[in-house]
Amino acid sequence: MGLLDIKDCTKKFGGLVAVRNLNMSLAPGTLYGLIGPNGAGKTTVFNLITGVYTPDQGSIELDGKAIHRKKPSSIARLGMSRTFQNIRLFKSMTVLENVKLARHMKRKQSLFDAVMRTRALKDEERQIEHDATELLKIFHLDARASELASNLPYGAQRRLEIARALATDPKVLLLDEPAAGMNPQESIELMGLIRSVRDRFQLTVLLVEHNMKVVMGICERIQVIDYGETIALGSPKEIQDDPRVIEAYLGGA
Amino acid sequence: MRKAIFWIAAVLILAGLQTQLVGWIGAYYYKIVILAGINIILAVSLNLINGITGQFSIGHAGFYAIGAYTSASLVHYGESAIRGTVAFLPRFGQDTVLLLLGILVAAIAAGLAGVAVGIPSLRLRGDYLAIVTLGFGEIIRVLILNIDAIGGARGFSDIPPLSNFFFFWVFLFVLMTVGTIHNLVNSSYGRAFISIRDDEIAAEAMGVDTTRFKVLSFVISSMFAGIGGSLFGHYTAYLNPNSFTFVTSFYLIIMIVVGGLGSIGGSILGAILVTVILEAFRSLSEFRLVGFSILLVLVMIYRPQGLMGSRGMFKFKRRAAVAK
Repeated sequence: MGLLDIKDCTKKFGGLVAVRNLNMSLAPGTLYGLIGPNGAGKTTVFNLITGVYTPDQGSIELDGKAIHRKKPSSIARLGMSRTFQNIRLFKSMTVLENVKLARHMKRKQSLFDAVMRTRALKDEERQIEHDATELLKIFHLDARASELASNLPYGAQRRLEIARALATDPKVLLLDEPAAGMNPQESIELMGLIRSVRDRFQLTVLLVEHNMKVVMGICERIQVIDYGETIALGSPKEIQDDPRVIEAYLGGA
Repeated sequence: MRKAIFWIAAVLILAGLQTQLVGWIGAYYYKIVILAGINIILAVSLNLINGITGQFSIGHAGFYAIGAYTSASLVHYGESAIRGTVAFLPRFGQDTVLLLLGILVAAIAAGLAGVAVGIPSLRLRGDYLAIVTLGFGEIIRVLILNIDAIGGARGFSDIPPLSNFFFFWVFLFVLMTVGTIHNLVNSSYGRAFISIRDDEIAAEAMGVDTTRFKVLSFVISSMFAGIGGSLFGHYTAYLNPNSFTFVTSFYLIIMIVVGGLGSIGGSILGAILVTVILEAFRSLSEFRLVGFSILLVLVMIYRPQGLMGSRGMFKFKRRAAVAK
């Protein structure tokens, strides 16, 4: 049993079966890659795990708790955090505020504290600010903490999304195409960053990515899906040599 | 300690102004000042749901009406009973108890209405929410029209005014409203509200229970609208359902849009501006709406973010830096 288990999940949209009898098990601490051609169902899997969709059949468990009927915010509370394929930062907030928001569910302040601005609230706000700044330092974003998130360059926005996701203290981090739109140099930096983040925060990481260099370079286990079904599962080396994977990507001979 | 000093100073200054104000500016302008104060309470509270949480509600007049009529009927029908219970107080003290009780009950009633409307309708987005809230406002007005015990279409007269100190009370509640919402915005709660406005999906993924926070924002907003309604009812001593049509809701929206959605300072400025313009052009009656359309168009062309932009009220420096 892993930290995150997907058991026989099926999700249909009308007549289209987006995910069929999918099984997946992430051992604690792994860097797990989920790949597949366009339209294979990767994003659907992400949305199932994070609670955006409810599976038609099967179950999803995080740390032994069933999560497939819960709302995204409750799942986040149980230790799941994610980034988005098309960056979704809070645009009217500063870089720092974006990270501070992610500390939201750890808050102890009550509505009364907030309205009366009690000492407890001020202390907590100071603590949140401190934690958020520390996190920004790791991602080399502290110098731009007071800028609006939407004014950051693209690569920095991607990093900020990861920082924000980490601020929720997750057990599992889901990265949806973090290298999308990055040049080779940025991709290499990103690989180092993901690895160091995993080690530093003792995370389990699930990565969806199109950039094969990134996937093969950092993932320890890779699962390949096509048309919603698993077609291969193994180490990067095994995946690269798997004839079915080659067929799915390049077409049959 | 600093808070206590602030409130004592505020009470003293407001009480001092109260004694002098009518003498300085005359009864007519005094009335406009009070109406502006009530509009500030309404606009700042509407700004919480529309500007800060980003949910488009156009039914604020409904909550305003609920507050006004609840408080008025409580005091109208319960006056002697309540005076009886606090008979040991002097007349002035009894009036204050009645007024504060009215305000409290108004806030609770409007807040409950906020829960009742908010829980089902805040699952809707954008235009759909706007339609539901608009409908809610009209339902409340039509209900009031048909309840004879509170005057129906004739209007509710004989509301005990309870105080000659209206400037004091209205602006004390203005301070409370602004203070509450300002503090709220600068806390985890405020960040959650703003995150819903910016990106609901991301907010939910970061652990913000978006439905709950939308309802919370809606309820707080309607409670303050109820307080505004209560003050209005006791000030004018007469309520008419026609004061609570959707046009009222639209004036409130104009206030917060002109001032700058999301900015508390903007809502205050917008409320004062719209109140003054409405009064200054009273002789034009309905044609004032045309004037407001022109005003809105001009604001949208020359300053689409509103007069104060979207930032807070005391953050001029930071806003200047962001604006480039």
